[in-house]
Amino acid sequence: MPLEAHIKEHPAYFKRFEALWTPTILVMDSEGVERYRIEGYLPKDWFGARLKMGLARVAFMHKKFADAQQLYEGVVEKFGNLALAAEAIYYRDVCQYKATNDHTSLGTAAIELAEKFPTDEWRLKSLPWAH
Amino acid sequence: MLVNWIKDADAAFAQAKQESKPLLIDFSAAPA
Repeated sequence: MPLEAHIKEHPAYFKRFEALWTPTILVMDSEGVERYRIEGYLPKDWFGARLKMGLARVAFMHKKFADAQQLYEGVVEKFGNLALAAEAIYYRDVCQYKATNDHTSLGTAAIELAEKFPTDEWRLKSLPWAH
Repeated sequence: MLVNWIKDADAAFAQAKQESKPLLIDFSAAPA
């Protein structure tokens, strides 16, 4: 569901949704709650990956863990060379854990992040899961 | 791909709720 808010046509929307910079993209859930924000220009591939991350976040926050996991996995598969794949790996395996209560998925994430993104913040966040 | 942009926020939110779909808002200052 795409809503266009141009600063000349809809300045009130900028205030209403606290958009302080352009371009800004908000991904809202069906209840109108902001779930993901993208600020600044991105090339097509990166933008597509960020949009998928936004949709995954919507599913995650609605506890649709299988759907969210699939979306995160799609980002990892298609954009595995981009830095944001680290966040996708992290949440993909959090979704697995939330869906199954099997904590070994978190250890798997920690190993994969250590191998692929050793200096990334998401790898650091996975350190407690590494055994 | 052609995007059918909605220009009314309240209408967009009502439609998103009715169809249980996420809503994307594009804030732009680009020249038309």
